[in-house]
Amino acid sequence: MSKKLDSKIPSGPIEKKWESSKFNYKLVNPANKRKHSVIVVGTGLAGASAAASLGELGYKVKAFCIHDSPRRAHSVAAQGGINAAKNYQNDGDSTYRLFYDTVKGGDFRAREANVFRLAEVSANIIDQMVAQGVPFAREYGGTLANRSFGGAQVSRTFYARGQTGQQLLLGAYSEMMRQVDAGTVELRTRREMLDLVMIDGKARGIVVRNLNTGEIESHEADAVIIASGGYSNVFFLSTNAMNCAVTAAWKAHKRGAYFANPCFTQIHPTCIPVHGENQSKLTLMSESLRNDGRVWVPKAQGDKRHPNEIPENERDYYLERVYPSFGNLAPRDVASRQAKYRCDEGRGVNETGKAVYLDFKDAIQRLGVDKISERYGNLFEMYEKITGDNPYKMPMMIYPAPHYTMGGLWVDYNLESTIPGLFVAGEANFSDHGANRLGASALMQGLADGYFVLPSTIGNYIGGTKLEKVSATHDAFKAAEDGVKKEIQKLMSIQGNRTVDSFHKELGHIMWEYCGMARNEQGLKKALELIPKLKEEFWQNVRVPGDANYLNVELEKAGRVADFIELGELMCRDALERKESCGGHYREEYQIDGEAKRDDANFCHVAAWEYNGDGVPETRHTEELQFENVHLATRSYK
Amino acid sequence: MAGKLLNLTLKVWRQKGPKDQGGFVEYQAKNVSEDASFLEMLDAVNEELISKGDEPIAFDHDCREGICGSCGFVIDGEAHGRLRSTTVCQLHMRNFDDGEVLTLEPWRAQAFPVIKDLMVNRSALDRIISAGGYISENAGNAVDANSILVPKADADEAMSSATCIGCGACVAACKNASAALFTSAKISHMALLPQGQVERKERAIKMVGAMDAEGFGSCTTTGACEVACPKDISLTNISRMNREFFVASATQRPKHKDGGAG
Repeated sequence: MSKKLDSKIPSGPIEKKWESSKFNYKLVNPANKRKHSVIVVGTGLAGASAAASLGELGYKVKAFCIHDSPRRAHSVAAQGGINAAKNYQNDGDSTYRLFYDTVKGGDFRAREANVFRLAEVSANIIDQMVAQGVPFAREYGGTLANRSFGGAQVSRTFYARGQTGQQLLLGAYSEMMRQVDAGTVELRTRREMLDLVMIDGKARGIVVRNLNTGEIESHEADAVIIASGGYSNVFFLSTNAMNCAVTAAWKAHKRGAYFANPCFTQIHPTCIPVHGENQSKLTLMSESLRNDGRVWVPKAQGDKRHPNEIPENERDYYLERVYPSFGNLAPRDVASRQAKYRCDEGRGVNETGKAVYLDFKDAIQRLGVDKISERYGNLFEMYEKITGDNPYKMPMMIYPAPHYTMGGLWVDYNLESTIPGLFVAGEANFSDHGANRLGASALMQGLADGYFVLPSTIGNYIGGTKLEKVSATHDAFKAAEDGVKKEIQKLMSIQGNRTVDSFHKELGHIMWEYCGMARNEQGLKKALELIPKLKEEFWQNVRVPGDANYLNVELEKAGRVADFIELGELMCRDALERKESCGGHYREEYQIDGEAKRDDANFCHVAAWEYNGDGVPETRHTEELQFENVHLATRSYK
Repeated sequence: MAGKLLNLTLKVWRQKGPKDQGGFVEYQAKNVSEDASFLEMLDAVNEELISKGDEPIAFDHDCREGICGSCGFVIDGEAHGRLRSTTVCQLHMRNFDDGEVLTLEPWRAQAFPVIKDLMVNRSALDRIISAGGYISENAGNAVDANSILVPKADADEAMSSATCIGCGACVAACKNASAALFTSAKISHMALLPQGQVERKERAIKMVGAMDAEGFGSCTTTGACEVACPKDISLTNISRMNREFFVASATQRPKHKDGGAG
């Protein structure tokens, strides 16, 4: 039966929760901080900012990443911007409005207290990043510029050309490198976490593989933070970088950390459409393009004319038509679904029929080519490189694609998982975005967790927990290392007939078909038959060439795909159990006129899954969500 | 999609590990779609190698959107290949002709030891950053962002420098394997902003020192780096770095060792 999940939401009015928490948290005096160590897995926005802040505070930090440099984390790919309730535009923004938009945008499946804290610290994030030299866009007078993003009617998004994620990551990375120089952060690159080590029921370290040499290493600490990003690569084709994986989080899940809302995946509306069978990944076009770009399809089915030859009155600007108040800035889940409907109706464009137009003709007429190029130039160039078409001269073609995952390891208000001492930050946790993430809020969450939340909550944990000294020679580390080595040995010894990628692609097809933009009971049940078969075949027929004691890319991929297969099954199970539609989780059986139909009476909760052993069905636990400030209401962007 | 299909011959540098001797091996890339990226073409070659029981060609890559800076190798003598302002992941096969013979080799620089095949170790660039490529600002007490006004022209120029992705193509293109373009981009970014002023001189001295200590060669302003740079980082940055370094060296003051009184 369901064990009660304690979210540890502080009492009191929502505006005071974070302040009073910080006051109530235990402190660790500076001389004692030196004696405590923290491991950070992943050095994207959340990980790098956490490592930097904890290092500044004086903790001994060990940071791990799979890349050759932390600057390559996939946070770099967030193009559009970062939200903050600064109200610099005097257009009516406030902490409360950002909170409100985020809760509503997440279709009431996020935790109110977490979201309020996120909105509250958002202004500090901008201050922090500006102070450390992030070159945000400026107005001529020298003040910061803003733009608007999907799901909001105010201009609260700060940006650095089309490279906001990159610039923010470089900011957090350089702050972390400052701590590396100061000796408080020890950086281990090209290491992949392959197990979590628990001693006396607490997270006390990790086992990693050195990707260059194949060596298996143990590292101990007083607390472990996982900030390893999201799992959209379960779909094979997604906007995630090639090396994004669920592995670190999944291994922690297998050690007892609950996995929350795995089926909440975001389908982003503005990706460059798929071009062929051998495609390796999808490229996102920033959502900011929808500020000036107008989305349309031909009114007539099967209209194959060149878009420039289709007159105005034969175009359907469907977002503006269906959602007059938000228009092209409708949130991602809504805009994605509308694109799918139009293509399902046979009005999609491109040779595949799976694309819609994103047109800048009017904006170019209104603002001029120079202004448009200043705002989106690099995105336009990128589009042209990939497709060979010039978006200044003809509309872009876009189609929805898997992008961000709102599900992740379950955490309480302190970002602590169900394993004591294991904290989870950024996209790897589940907490702030509900069933749909609004644009420009992922960067905000990563940095909020790393710079502002974890420094307090980690201190509270370390200050309030009796932590015996442990070393990496402890039996628990040896056992974990043995397990890791055994799994690698097993993967290397199969020597079957199929490549790792062929399994990954097959899994991706199943997931997109049955657990993608729209799901139904029948399809999910089918997927739950197909995936275990795929898993069985994988473990009998995968081929990993080369040597495990050297750099071996296929071995790295094989381990990740093995975890994706297991996660994929859990995603389908979660989607099947959630008999409602909300945000990016769209069950075809539950809809009103094509809009998602939530079931608040039965599903106003977080589903958190407990691992029970290989091949044993997981247990579903629930955390009821209370909406005391933003009242449950059907989302409308009309 | 029914695009044009190409057949290519690839001469690829294969090297098992840092201490092993490498050499070129020839492969055929058949029926390559012109819409595929260069790396997708290599993926297909690798799938075939694995099916035959061979080891795939190792190359670094990740975002495949030209942003992360992971990918990069030399194609026919040019870092990131023949297209300007492009990473190799954004180089599409429509830029090649049927029947071409292409030579693929890793970045060549003493400071970038080969890890395997086309992958090199670029951690020297991280050590240059940790030597001073930051602004000392602890989390949590920053002043309101709009209290630091930055003229738009300065912000834009800083942004253009900050856009460096640290891929290492500049080093690979340079006959001296100099990291001047990379280092100067970071020094410029911070020297152009009010936030970067306090540590401006120390930063220039430390980062240039770190660059030399890593074994990168000297800059002779040939400009090959600028041509190879996928992000159009300009040579102006190198001029600015030199100026920053000379000013800093000429006016360097010893650090005070006195402690506080109380």
